Amino acid sequence: MRDTDVPAAKMSTRGLQAWFGKQQVLKGIDLDISARRVTAIIGPSGCGKSTFIRCLNRMHELIPGAGSSGTVTLDDANVYDPAVDPVMLRRRVGMVFQKPNPFPSMSIRDNVLAGLKLTKSLNKRRPAEVVEKALRQAALWDEVKDKLDKPGTSLSGGQQQRLCIARTLAVEPEVVLMDEPCSALDPIATARIEDLLHTLRDDYTIIIVTHNLQQATRVSQRTAFFLTGECVEYADTDRLFTSPGDRRTEDYITGKFG
Amino acid sequence: MSAKLPSSLLRRRDGVVAEIAFVWLARFAVFAPLIVLGWLLGGLAIDGLGRIDWAFITELPSRKAERAGIWPALMGSLWLITLTAAIALPVGVAAAIYLEEYGRQSRIAGVVEVAIANLAGVPSIIYGMLGLGLFVRFAGLGKSVIAGALTLAILVLPIIIMSTREALRTVRDSLREAALGLGATRWQMVRQVIVPMALPGILTGAILAVSRAIGETAPLVLAGAVAYISFAPDGIDAPYTALPMQIYDWTSRPQKAFLVNAAAAIVVLTVVLLLLNSVAIWLRNRYQKRAY
Repeated sequence: MRDTDVPAAKMSTRGLQAWFGKQQVLKGIDLDISARRVTAIIGPSGCGKSTFIRCLNRMHELIPGAGSSGTVTLDDANVYDPAVDPVMLRRRVGMVFQKPNPFPSMSIRDNVLAGLKLTKSLNKRRPAEVVEKALRQAALWDEVKDKLDKPGTSLSGGQQQRLCIARTLAVEPEVVLMDEPCSALDPIATARIEDLLHTLRDDYTIIIVTHNLQQATRVSQRTAFFLTGECVEYADTDRLFTSPGDRRTEDYITGKFG
Repeated sequence: MSAKLPSSLLRRRDGVVAEIAFVWLARFAVFAPLIVLGWLLGGLAIDGLGRIDWAFITELPSRKAERAGIWPALMGSLWLITLTAAIALPVGVAAAIYLEEYGRQSRIAGVVEVAIANLAGVPSIIYGMLGLGLFVRFAGLGKSVIAGALTLAILVLPIIIMSTREALRTVRDSLREAALGLGATRWQMVRQVIVPMALPGILTGAILAVSRAIGETAPLVLAGAVAYISFAPDGIDAPYTALPMQIYDWTSRPQKAFLVNAAAAIVVLTVVLLLLNSVAIWLRNRYQKRAY
């Protein structure tokens, strides 16, 4: 069976390997991430799925002792080319983290603008418009429009995570990496973020790491199953969950391990 | 009427005596220093407060105890402390930022860390000898305010570096990741996210450093402070004395009246110290509020 209608790859990895010190956590990953789709990465703890997305925006190398090899391309450009500035890469490949991490010293408004202020790219645009657009995209506008001057940390956990998504979107990245964005949230907050992902995929290429298999089926079009640093299977989400091509995938999604 | 309580719910007696004893010991540990400090300051205030008047502040030292003032020493101390803070704070904070935010992966950081911890334990007279050799003689600064301030700056540098590093460590790594993930450079992250959040802790270090520097006498004896001087410093290359030097000089004299002068000078020194610290505490509280 062939996967149908796979759009052009926005990001690709070839032979991507990664280490923490001497411990190898990725053992050669070849993956093409489709543009304007949600791609889910699933797998048991320690399979390397977080490390994988952290290699895509070169956050992995910030950890002392961490290293990687192989190629990662964004629109066919190798992001590990020595001439590439990882800082510029991260403005095009944004990231949302596992635990909501708004800046405690900043208001809701300033949190949304943080990326633009930090990188001094705000002056050309209208701050109020940027704030409203990003908060609307993150489905948070109606809840916070009257208290933009309140600290970002005064919001609930689910709102904080949407604030972090708004903060990431305000920089206008092309790819958004999400590292288990709902793992610290309750089911209602999780549902709101999942709804959000459906609308975001019109404009962004999204890669989401998740422990939650139902979440992968709900939000993603493509799913990759990782196991001990290898990509076992990568297919359309419907197909991977209904007729997995590998025994190990089947064991995992039917709950035999992990 | 209630049923007989089961023994599993009854108040237990074992360990209670030990806990009460510990709590009282802890209370004593809190109040003992306060009592000693109060007794010390109270005694000084009784001895010296009557001696303090405007002339005592503004007059020059004199061989006659009742005419002697502390103007050159007070000005010398203010010069010293301002210069010391101006030199040590930027250098110390920069060193701490480098070690914490840039040099974490380097091997040098570990060596420097041990060196700084050891430097903090070196007796201050050794810094005085260093100041004498390095600044007064080798650098040719002579017995000047700047030589004294540089000596004190080196003395308090370990305090500032260690407390600043501690403050930087309290900023969660997830905020560093958030900033870098948004495409900030390390410098933008440090300047706009990390340092603002660590500022209350950094200011606490500054308070400790200034308190230490303003009370130091031993290094100044070697690094050029003079016991008698008849004018306040008029520049960084001027000769100087400092309040602790003046106090030391007066306490070593046989006449009782000079001891009263010393007590009064100590009260002034304490007030200056409290004023300087209250500025830093005010700043710290302002930033703590801003950091929610």
